[in-house]
Formats: sequence, C-alpha cells, structure tokens
Amino acid sequence: MVDVPFDTVAGVPPAEVGEVELYHPRSWWTKYVFSQDAKVIAVQYSITAMSIGMVALVLSWLMRLQLGFPGTFSFIDANQYLQFITMHGMIMVIYLLTALFLGGFGNYLIPLMVGARDMVFPYVNMLSYWVYLLAVVVLAATFFVPGGPTGAGWTLYPPQAILSGTPGQDWGIIFMLASLILFIIGFTMGGLNYVVTVLQARTRGMTLMRLPLTVWGIFTATVMALLAFPALFVASVMLLLDRLLGTSFFMPTLVEMGTLTKYGGGSPILFQHLFWFFGHPEVYIVALPAFGIISDLISVHARKNIFGYRMMVWAIVAIGALSFVVWAHHMYVSGMHPYFGFFFATTTLIIAIPTAIKVYNWVLTLWRGDIHLTIPMLFALAFIITFVNGGLTGLFLGNVVVDVPLSDTMFVVAHFHMVMGIAPIMAVFGGIYHWYPKVTGRMLNEALGRFHFWVSFLGAYAVFFPMHYLGLLGMPRRYHDIGETSFIPASAHDLNAFMSVAALIVGFAQLVFLFNLIWSLFKGKEAGGNPWGAASLEWQTPETPPGHGNWGKELPIVYRWAYDYSVPGAIRDFVPQNEPPAGLSAQGSHP
Amino acid sequence: MSAIILFLAGIAAIAGWWLSQQRLTAKPWLEEGLIVDLREESTSFLPPAKIGLGVFLAVVGSLFALFISAYSMRMNMVDWRALPVPRLLWFNTAVLVLSSVALQGAHMAARRSDIDGVIVGLCAGGASAVTFLIGQLLAWRELSGAGYFLASNPANSFFYLITAVHGLHLMGGLVALGRTTAKVWRGVAVTQLRLSVELCAIYWHFLLLVWLVLLGLLTGWTDNFVDICRQLLS
Repeated sequence: MVDVPFDTVAGVPPAEVGEVELYHPRSWWTKYVFSQDAKVIAVQYSITAMSIGMVALVLSWLMRLQLGFPGTFSFIDANQYLQFITMHGMIMVIYLLTALFLGGFGNYLIPLMVGARDMVFPYVNMLSYWVYLLAVVVLAATFFVPGGPTGAGWTLYPPQAILSGTPGQDWGIIFMLASLILFIIGFTMGGLNYVVTVLQARTRGMTLMRLPLTVWGIFTATVMALLAFPALFVASVMLLLDRLLGTSFFMPTLVEMGTLTKYGGGSPILFQHLFWFFGHPEVYIVALPAFGIISDLISVHARKNIFGYRMMVWAIVAIGALSFVVWAHHMYVSGMHPYFGFFFATTTLIIAIPTAIKVYNWVLTLWRGDIHLTIPMLFALAFIITFVNGGLTGLFLGNVVVDVPLSDTMFVVAHFHMVMGIAPIMAVFGGIYHWYPKVTGRMLNEALGRFHFWVSFLGAYAVFFPMHYLGLLGMPRRYHDIGETSFIPASAHDLNAFMSVAALIVGFAQLVFLFNLIWSLFKGKEAGGNPWGAASLEWQTPETPPGHGNWGKELPIVYRWAYDYSVPGAIRDFVPQNEPPAGLSAQGSHP
Repeated sequence: MSAIILFLAGIAAIAGWWLSQQRLTAKPWLEEGLIVDLREESTSFLPPAKIGLGVFLAVVGSLFALFISAYSMRMNMVDWRALPVPRLLWFNTAVLVLSSVALQGAHMAARRSDIDGVIVGLCAGGASAVTFLIGQLLAWRELSGAGYFLASNPANSFFYLITAVHGLHLMGGLVALGRTTAKVWRGVAVTQLRLSVELCAIYWHFLLLVWLVLLGLLTGWTDNFVDICRQLLS
C-alpha cells in the first residue's frame, strides 16, 4: 500500500495533518499477533473479553444453582459462593464490558468512523492490549492460587477484604488488586489513543458535529474513564499497601480472631469514597458507548435520521460531566451527613433529565420510521426497554429514604443488572450483529440470531423481573443460603428456583451465539460492503473487511452528517457521508 | 474529595472552553458540502503527540489530586502525627528546578537549531533529575533511620507513597528523555528533535509543579488551604 498525501481539492485548503507514516507489518507475527493495526487489536480485545466473560457467565450459573436449589450442590460452599460473586461482578463490569466497549468497539470503529487510517499511536495501542491481556491472566490466575480468588465482593470494601475470614485473603486479594492496577495502566494507554484519534485524526470535512453518535459515546466515555480510573488506581495501591506492608490507610483498629491487629486509625469510608468516585462514572463508561451504538442502530434500521442529534450530543456530554458528582449515592447507608445525602440524591435525579432526553429521542426516531425488525434492531429495542426499566428502579434507589430499606437487598441486584448488565449487553449484541459483516465480510446466521435474541431477552426478564419482588420482600443480597426466615415465604424459594432455570437457559443461548460467531465466519452469507445500507463512513471502505490502512489510496472526504436516510429526492434511501452534494464531483470541481 | 473535585472542575472548564469553539450548535442535518474543519483553519496546528501528552498530564494530574484528596481526608483522623520534613527535600527541590530549567534551555536551543545547546540541556536535565531521585532515596533513608517507618504512622505512609509515585513518574520521564538523547546520539537532525525535546520539557515542568504542590502539602504549608476546601464541602 502506498501512503499518498492528501490530494488537494480546489477551494479547500490542504489538510495540515500530513499523513502519518503507516506501520507496515512484515511477518505473520506482527500482522496477527503483535499487530499495531487497530482492527486486529479490536478483535484481540473482543476475543479476550468474551473469553473471560464466559468464565463470569459460568460463575453466574453456579451462583444461581446455589440460590435456586440451596443445599443440593455440595461443591458450592459459603466461601466459594462469595468468591463467585466477587469474580462474576469484577469480570463483567471491568474486564468484559469496559474492555469490550472501549477496547473492542472503540478500536474498531473510531478510526473507520472518523476516516483515519489507524489510531494515532499504534505502538502504544498494541501495548495497551498486551497489558490488558496480562491483567486478565493475573485475574484468571487467582482461581489457582492457594486460598482461591478473593471473596470480598466486587467493591472490595476494607477492612473485610483483607482480613482473615474473607476467602482469598492470602493471595486472591493481592492478585486482584495487582490485576486492577495493570488493567488501569493498559486502559490509559488505549484511552489516550482513542481520545487523540478523535481529536486529531478526523478526515477532512468530519467536524465534531458530523461524528456518528457511537464515536461521541465512546469518546466521552473514554475521557471519563481516563479521569475516573485513577481513583480505583489510588484505592487499589493503598489497599495493597495495607495488605502487604501493614500501613493503615483504610484499616481501623480492630480485633481479628481474638487478637488485636497491627492496624489502627484508618478510614474504610475513605476507600468507599475513592472506589465510588471511580465506580459511578464506570456505570456511564459502560452506558455511553451503548447509548451511541443504539442511536446508530436505530437510525440505520428504521431508515430515518436520528431525532435531535444536537440534543443527543449535548446529553452525552452532560451525562459525562454530571456522573462525577453523584458517587456518594452508593454510600447512603455509610452513616453520612443527611445534607450530603440530600445533595447526592439531587444530583442523581438531575442525571435523569439528559438520560430521558436520549430515550425520548430514540423513541421519536422510531416514530413513523420504516422499521426493519432485523436482529440489531431487535436488540436495540430490547436495550431501550431494559434501560428504561432499570432507570426507573434507579429513581427508587436514588432517593435516600427509599434506598435505606432497599439497600443490600436483591432489589439492588435486580436494578443494576437491568441498567448496567442486561442493557449494555443488549447494545453489545446489537453492535456485534450490526458490524460483524464489516469485520468478517459475512452475515451472522439469521435463524440462530433470532433464537439467541428471544431466549436472551425473555430469559433475562424471567431472571431479573422476579428479583425486584424478592428484594421488596427483603431478601438480602450476597447471602449464600437464606435459610428459615419469617418474612420470606416458601413461594419465594420456588421463584428462586424458576429464576435459576431461566438463568441456565439464557446462559446456553450465549453458547449458541458463540457457535454462530464461529460458524458464520466460514459459512455465513457473503455480506458485501454495505449490507444494511448505512450512511456512516465505516461502511464506505473500498474493501470489506477493510484492508490495512482502511481507505486504499485516498482518505475519504466527508460532505454530510452520518444520518441522511430517506432523504426526499435522493435516488437511494440513504446518502453516504462521503458522497459529494449534487453538482460537486468527488474529485472536486468546486462550484 | 475537594482536591479532585477542584481539579476536575478545572478540566471541565478547559473542556467546556474547547467545546464552545467547536460549533456544537451547528445543525449538521442542514449543512451539506465541505465545511472546513476548525483544525485546518488554525495556523498553529498541534501535533498529535502534544495533544496526547496533554491528555496524559490530565490523567496524571487527577491521580495526584486523588492522592491529595485521600491525604487531606486521612490527616483528620486522630492518629495522624506529622513527620519532620527532611532538610534534604529543599536541596532536592532546587535540583528539580534546575532540571526543569536545563530542559527548557534544551527546548530553546532546539528552536534555534543549536545542537550543542540541546545536548548540554538534555544531559544537564537528565543528570539533575537522577540527582533528584537519589536525593529522594537519601531522604527516605534519613527518615527510616530516625525511626519514621512506612507503617508506623499514616503520615509516614503517605509521605513514602506520594514521593514514590512522583519519583516513578519522573523515572518514566527519564525513559523518554533517554530515547530523545539516543536520537541526538544517532545524529538525527535537530528539526526532527524539536518536538521530543519540547514534550520532555513540558513533562518536566508539570512534574515540578506537582512536586511543589506535594511539597506544600507534606510540609504542612497548605494545611490552611486544605481546611478551607474541606469546610467548603462539609
């Protein structure tokens, strides 16, 4: 491939962004393994994230088996149950969703959607993946160290996280913290790339307000993650020092197994502040890319321009900013000053405004659209429903007085699974069904896809809808076995058994999905360059799958936004972003 | 958490200013044709590496702001016993200032295409940065020799932790500085060195600034300021 500098179109100043010398792989190793091509790195990120995600899926089966049929499975004891909870939560939130949205979708889509040849720092990008892989390996290693993985809960609250009595106190917690530190270092490398690529590598004509919303979502989420992950880094380093070197950053004076520990005076609340200063933005780090992806899917598959594009952009930015001042709503029961709770309840409820704007705009985009119920569209619709659902229970939990009785019950588990478990994963699936043809050149199998969608969607509701009810009954979370209680009727146990069966079925549907991914790679229907008739830039590449350098000899020039669907008077029902306006030919005899 | 909130407010102000320049009120659905991008209009185009460094500095800044937040929350607990700041730190501070000045000199020399000036600046900057790191280690030894161990008091723990994190960032900078010096060694033209030298100088100034803030915190000079911030948020 030849790197040709920008051609000059009459009337348009030549871009000052000289073409960067593109890295050219010389061997199989540098092409597919130690690759600096963002597309290969994206696939590596996705495969790694989905592999470790499968582990978390199996852990959720084991938890559901125990909850649904307590006492039946002798190989699950109370300690293991806590370990399963911890690893399931940590893997799903950080190592699967964050890595998949930013490392997977971000790496693949950002350069293609902004019209760049690659990320701006390809070497750092490659390093980012390998550090991430190392973090995953360290995390997976905790299953094999003496004492097993930590069972501290995904929030890793001290003091219990590092005291004896909590499983994994010997090695598990150390490996977990080390893995988190590595993940953050790796993510920072990748994040710098995503941000600078969006800022500096956009092709000509691609103004910020012409970016597809997917890029806006991933970009804002990356900025947030870059600023929020340091909080987890600080918390992890300090907790690691408490555990390894006996400092007392977080550890109060306490008695452990009858003897006074060496710790004294530390503040567990300090850890909670640091953790949630990361933890709340993390919700939106996962949600904003999903918002972006859903906006694009809805627009393409309803053949209609996105309603209120500007509002969508502003809402993304507003949500990103607001999410940094709501963290303490995770700490209502930590004994905080009531005015503090009032402040954080207010900011929490204010976030509902930009979020509601987005939901209205999605619905208004669908309104009188030419809705094609393709699989990506089905997942997008499921996302909207599920996100609204989880958002509404968020209103309950965001209010201090309602949160206090519901705190630490299954209601919380149901809420956050709806809003940041099921909803983002629906966006992930929708995104995969949508962009798989671009990545591989083949369509995913339709019948298997529809099976996967309906079982996952209905199954997820069968699992998590009843869970709200159990929470309202007062069933606590994190309990290995509820045992005999006066306030939980026998029928609740039957409900638990039903949910467990549903969870197993949903899990098996994911195996069908994985099979579909592999099978379609070889046997799928040929997709062609633009099977959905989409207008955004990634569908206009000269080759499918896009070749090294993405754009052949010349970078595309962008003449319009990404949502010109069903434009009156146009020949086709979509106008690609790089199609010149009438009277202006591509090579540019400017009027 | 007031330090990090203040820091992020600063970042938000910068981001807001930048966004306000980006025609966010445009109506892209009405605008067809080539809109000349703002990056192309501006005559002072920033290279990606410089933007990348800027973003990285924001990340590092938020890391230190969080450490400062944790410090100011933890120092309120009853068991906090401030430790005597070794006098050596003043010497180290002076050396770090020298290091920054030397790299600024290298940067200016690179702009004049004065390769000798660049070499002198880089070497002096690198040597004084290494001196600073050694000085920090000696300060640690002095403290632990006087019985101020890492785990004996949270004030000590924070002192060691924060100086270590700052030192690690400086060591990372030394790697970049080493690569730049190696380029000089290989005889790369001075015009191609300018950017690398400038980035090193910026990073050094930033770490100097961070160090001055940390020094104020560790010596207790900023206690009053910290108190004011705390009262603002409680």
